[in-house]
Amino acid sequence: MRFIFKTDYNQDIRLFQHGGQVFWYGVLGLLLLAAPYLVSGYVLSQLQFICIYSIVGLGLMLLTGYTGQISLGHAAFLAVGAYTEALLQAAGMPFIVSLTSAALLSAAVGVIVGLPALRLKGIYLAIATLAFNVIVEEIITRWESLTGGNSGKLLKAIEIFGFRLSSPESFYYLCLGLTVVAVLALINLLRSPTGRAFVAIRDSEVSASCMGINLAYYKTVSFAVSAALTGVGGALYAHKVGFISPEQFTLIQSIELVTIVIIGGVGSLHGAVLGAAFIIMLPQGISIAKDWVPDAIPQAGLQSVVFGLILIAFIIFEPYGLYGRWLKVRTYFDVFPFYRRGTFRRQRSYLRSERLR
Amino acid sequence: MSFFAVENLGVRFGGVIAVDGVSFSVEQGEVYTIIGPNGAGKTTIFNLIGLIYPPTSGRITLEGQEITGAPHHVAQRGIARTFQNIELFEHATVLQNLLIGRHRHRTTNLAKELLFLPSVRRAEIAQREAVERVIDLLDLAHHRDSLVAGLPYGVRKVIELGRALATEPKLVLLDEPSSGLNPDETDDMAFWIEDIKKELGITVLMVEHDMNLVSRVSDRVLALNEGCVIAEGTPTQVQQHPAVIEAYLGGGE
Amino acid sequence: MFSQFLQLTLAGIAQGCVYALVALGFVLIYKATETVNFAQGDLMMLGAFFGLTASTVLGWPYWATILFAIVVMAAVGMLIERIVIRPVLGYPTFTVVMITIGGIVTMVPGWGTETYSLKTPFGDSVLHIGGAVLAAEQLATITLTAALCLALYLFFRFAKLGVAMQATSQNQLAAYYMGIPVQRVNMLIWGLAAGVAAFGGILLAPVAFVHSNMGFIGLKAFPAAVVGGFGSVPGAVVGGLIIGVVEALAGFYLPEGFKDVAAYVVVLVVLLFMPSGIFGETIRKKV
Repeated sequence: MRFIFKTDYNQDIRLFQHGGQVFWYGVLGLLLLAAPYLVSGYVLSQLQFICIYSIVGLGLMLLTGYTGQISLGHAAFLAVGAYTEALLQAAGMPFIVSLTSAALLSAAVGVIVGLPALRLKGIYLAIATLAFNVIVEEIITRWESLTGGNSGKLLKAIEIFGFRLSSPESFYYLCLGLTVVAVLALINLLRSPTGRAFVAIRDSEVSASCMGINLAYYKTVSFAVSAALTGVGGALYAHKVGFISPEQFTLIQSIELVTIVIIGGVGSLHGAVLGAAFIIMLPQGISIAKDWVPDAIPQAGLQSVVFGLILIAFIIFEPYGLYGRWLKVRTYFDVFPFYRRGTFRRQRSYLRSERLR
Repeated sequence: MSFFAVENLGVRFGGVIAVDGVSFSVEQGEVYTIIGPNGAGKTTIFNLIGLIYPPTSGRITLEGQEITGAPHHVAQRGIARTFQNIELFEHATVLQNLLIGRHRHRTTNLAKELLFLPSVRRAEIAQREAVERVIDLLDLAHHRDSLVAGLPYGVRKVIELGRALATEPKLVLLDEPSSGLNPDETDDMAFWIEDIKKELGITVLMVEHDMNLVSRVSDRVLALNEGCVIAEGTPTQVQQHPAVIEAYLGGGE
Repeated sequence: MFSQFLQLTLAGIAQGCVYALVALGFVLIYKATETVNFAQGDLMMLGAFFGLTASTVLGWPYWATILFAIVVMAAVGMLIERIVIRPVLGYPTFTVVMITIGGIVTMVPGWGTETYSLKTPFGDSVLHIGGAVLAAEQLATITLTAALCLALYLFFRFAKLGVAMQATSQNQLAAYYMGIPVQRVNMLIWGLAAGVAAFGGILLAPVAFVHSNMGFIGLKAFPAAVVGGFGSVPGAVVGGLIIGVVEALAGFYLPEGFKDVAAYVVVLVVLLFMPSGIFGETIRKKV
């Protein structure tokens, strides 16, 4: 069991709480850096996907998990980022420019979505974001002169300052680097007034505004940062798959992103990464399990069914998500043998409507 | 010109007139209490001062300047409040709740925070020092890192007060600070209100039902009934006022 | 010109009735439990498939098919509530919403990708109104929907169970104290919502054919419920009709592609001016 005695404000503020954390994250970092030399090409490809979806997951986690704004249309920001990258690269722009533009344009779109969303709450906000997603998808499909419509767009390998990132290793390091940057940026945000303002808005809007938090400004900032991160993820995604078309950014993808946040564990950065890892590895798991499933059950569409069932199961049995499960396991060993089963039990409360007529 | 004044304040919700032509003024450094039976409109007046909804008539001034805009503007003018039914940030720690109270004193912006420049770090440390003074005053040190969600009611009331004090306000609005507290805790609350007045020099506007507490800490009292003012004066004067007695106990036979 | 406009409007109203029926399902569940059932469209699809089974496999007449589908789906709805929703009773409503989203995803595969058609006794008879042609099926859809709405309105206004359902969504603890069997009421409301969805599915079947993508038509019922104001029975109907008519008109007067997004554009425009929909209840915390 570890007791942390704090004698300095910096101990509260800094990134790593104690030496043990530095050690384990260091080991993780080394493993990730050495990954191209340790694992097969296929696993490396999956790691690239995990990094990309982690960045997107972090974006959505900021908006939904930390600011409490539901978004069922985040795939739209993914699309904006992906198409911006594709178009600017085709126009000959250097990667730095196209990536930054993808982030900024997504952020701008995020602001556009965020502004009308200021007055919307709950289900109204959810449906508004859903509507937004469908509309963006339709715009991309119809605006053929710009986006190639349903024929999609191809992307070439990334070039930074003359270096061609055509090998999987180099692309992997790029993704890994951007993921680390995203995580650090969010940690910084969350330990400063802006991050606290987000949490305040999530927990009690009335009280947040009475404390001097400008709701409109901070909600918009949250949308913008979340969209920017998702846009960056979208740009990387476009390069990863090499070919983008409107049907990769539909409502189903938005739901997938929300699932990452839920399965990972709402309200934690670790959750975004764990959720992304889970979603990427799930199809593998299903394929492996398929071999054992009797032929009587139809194979087609099994993935969707399993996906839905896992989501439902997580919500019922593991409401704190994967990160929550990890916390429970760690707490068990931390306080062994004094672990109480009720430590993480959620409170059931009676429903009380907040609707006013 | 008084420190804080409310002139002819009124609001109606549909056909119901919740507050009707209420006027009063508060001097700097005093403890001013509003009393009245339930439904008299006391919390409504607080909500109007905080601009949570707009009044249908009247104006509110602080140091001669009118208060308009959105709730966060009210906070930035230096008015803090507590809520009757406790509106804390449940999924944050006590420390974070108090730090959020410091929001109006922040000096950093988004770009600096993303990079966590040394100036941001210095600002953070300054905020934490300020919050520690409040924690010291209210004896919350052993709850500093606990999540609010698991704490008992009495402690939450204190945190609610602490968060309001953390904003370093000129005027603090306390909505029933002693409701739900046992006599010991009410005693503590009385001491804290006196400390706020004498040591911190903050003006207190309070809604309260506990007459002992009212008599003990208030300089002046305003009595409301059904949205209208029925009496104003020192605690003793108001408690002996016939209209007040009738409002609380009903008319004669 | 006018007859064309009238034609489209009537077709839009008929389609809007189907949206209204699915939207009604949302609103029913919301009114009773304050949660949103995202899988409502899929329940409609299931209802249509059950009706189809009764019609083709069992060879029953039309009216029996409708009844069969409604009864079976009501049972399915109650079963879903018992198995999936009841375990999370008391947890935040977001939890349940996510479960129903999981439900949508689960139902995506469905019965395969063929389309089937449902036989109705109306045949090809049509009605002529002011130069417009209204198929008997569409007329039946409109009248039956109107009848159902009236029945539901009376139910919520006067029937004990209807009032009880509203009570459980507004203050569960108080409902318990008043002797309302909250869990059983929840189960019944899910059954009712599923039954209404099945009704919508059967009515939609002749117009749109029965296939596993019907659920996506149900997705358009969301904007309908939101436009009308979530939590309002007349709102669901009005919203559905607005979406149906706008869609029909957009399909003809506007360039290609607008028809698909018409519903969503409408909902964004409405929410811009009325953040809680047309008849919606404002969600505001009282402090």
